[in-house]
Amino acid sequence: MTVHWDYLTYAFVQHGLIAAGIVALVSGVIGPFVISRRMSFAVHGAAELALTGAAAGLLIADNAVAGALLGSLVVASAFGVLASRDRERDSAIGVVLAFGLGLGFYLLEFYDGFASEALDILIGQITGVSTGQIVLLAAVSAGVLVAMAVLYRPLTFASVDVDLAEARGVRTRLVGTLFLYLLCITVTEAAQVVGTTLVLSLVITPAAAAQRLSARAGVVMALSVGFALLAADGGLAAGVVLAPSFRSSSFITFVAFATYAVARVVALVRGRRGSRRRTVAA
Amino acid sequence: MAELAHEPAVSLRGASLRFGDRVLWSGLDLDVEPGEFVAVLGPNGSGKTSLLKVLLGLQRLSAGTVRVAGREPRRGSPTVGYVPQQKGFDGLPLRGRDLVALGLDGHRWGVPLPSRRRRARVDEALAAVGATAFADEPVGSLSGGEQQRLRMAQALLGSPAVLLCDEPLLSLDLAHQQVVTQLVDDSRREHGTAVLFVTHEVNPVLPLVDRVLYLVDGRWLAGTTDEVMTSDNLSRLYGTHVDVLRVHDRIVVVGTPDAVHAEPGGAHHHTDHADEAVRRR
Repeated sequence: MTVHWDYLTYAFVQHGLIAAGIVALVSGVIGPFVISRRMSFAVHGAAELALTGAAAGLLIADNAVAGALLGSLVVASAFGVLASRDRERDSAIGVVLAFGLGLGFYLLEFYDGFASEALDILIGQITGVSTGQIVLLAAVSAGVLVAMAVLYRPLTFASVDVDLAEARGVRTRLVGTLFLYLLCITVTEAAQVVGTTLVLSLVITPAAAAQRLSARAGVVMALSVGFALLAADGGLAAGVVLAPSFRSSSFITFVAFATYAVARVVALVRGRRGSRRRTVAA
Repeated sequence: MAELAHEPAVSLRGASLRFGDRVLWSGLDLDVEPGEFVAVLGPNGSGKTSLLKVLLGLQRLSAGTVRVAGREPRRGSPTVGYVPQQKGFDGLPLRGRDLVALGLDGHRWGVPLPSRRRRARVDEALAAVGATAFADEPVGSLSGGEQQRLRMAQALLGSPAVLLCDEPLLSLDLAHQQVVTQLVDDSRREHGTAVLFVTHEVNPVLPLVDRVLYLVDGRWLAGTTDEVMTSDNLSRLYGTHVDVLRVHDRIVVVGTPDAVHAEPGGAHHHTDHADEAVRRR
């Protein structure tokens, strides 16, 4: 097998690495909250519906990226309104997801251009990112990060115990809704890099791995970002140099899954040691 | 402070709460003095938790007035400490001390910056409930009793004028029930905290109870334990024949439609206790 190190010097690959890095950073930051709030299905739903937004964007303004971004706000609103009650959250997201996907494919029928730009979003097209797209991505991500910094403490509180947070003065509904919007925006961005079907590998997997390794919120977030960066850029680079003719999104999920597997083994070994120490001490 | 001392910590006048045409309670008059311990009893769905929500400023009365420390209840008020019903913390990236810190300033926007003063206040609150030893452990890995101590630390931080507890003894073994009730008792003795203690099982707190507020199906009765907990009174409240028996120093209520009341002694979870023994060195 030939290793194509020189491919890493190409501008389009470097653009891809930058875009993947930005997406990984934001995904890593929101991931721990997604897990604490049990919103993995919302992530999946928002990611798949990026296709519908992209299709609508193509049809109306010939711009899939802007369409997906605006679409994510519609998706967040739909989730927020229909899935507000805990018990019906999963089913409501499922309903919106199914309808939205159907709508997306329907819209694509009307697009007489080459619809691959919208379909790219399903599998991810990391190596075709333009400078303009990177600038947009960076601006949106910066906005999400600033908003997350502001929301951080009340969102943590609301995720730990919603009744207590409410009593202590947290606007839990407002905080939850704002997070939902940030989540949908982030997920839609990530979808453009790794593809809608693989978004979970940047939003869920790194945070799930991090959660296994520490109970300190700061450490969990740092690890989550680190793992996401490792998966996104490491996976992309590995894909490019090892198998340039393949879609690199697969490699991103492989690296992400590897970090998760290692984290589980580490947690298992630690847990065993810990319980032995406790039993001996008792 | 001097003028506050003349004021009841909690005051309800003609207070009613209804959802649609369902009346939880109406015409409720109750004054709770500083340092007083009021047990709030009643079957499920009788509006015990809703009463706490009213005092927290999260629920408006349908009629009547409510005052907490002389003022209209306001959400997030530091004069009220709250121990909500227990929830699981499994898998959360949260240590014991983080939970207490959230009670201190979790409502503020932004990322908490490390501060010596903040840490000292949290340490102090942890020490006061004897939770220092496990303050850095993940909350999800702690026993029910340890988690409840942390909730108490969170609620008592800043010595609130009023402490609201919602079933804080649920699923605790006897030893931990005593720890929790002792903490509540200490706080009202040292700081004059008025306590409203929602429970379905009065026996564990019987020595502490100054008065009982009994809510049943829109009706209510308040008074000392001996006044309220009689067969006649509870029969009238429930609208069916109820027997109140005194067995040694325990009160057993038999014949209520609410099954948990007939269960003497409540739930004792010995597994919890065994857990604890292993955890401690």
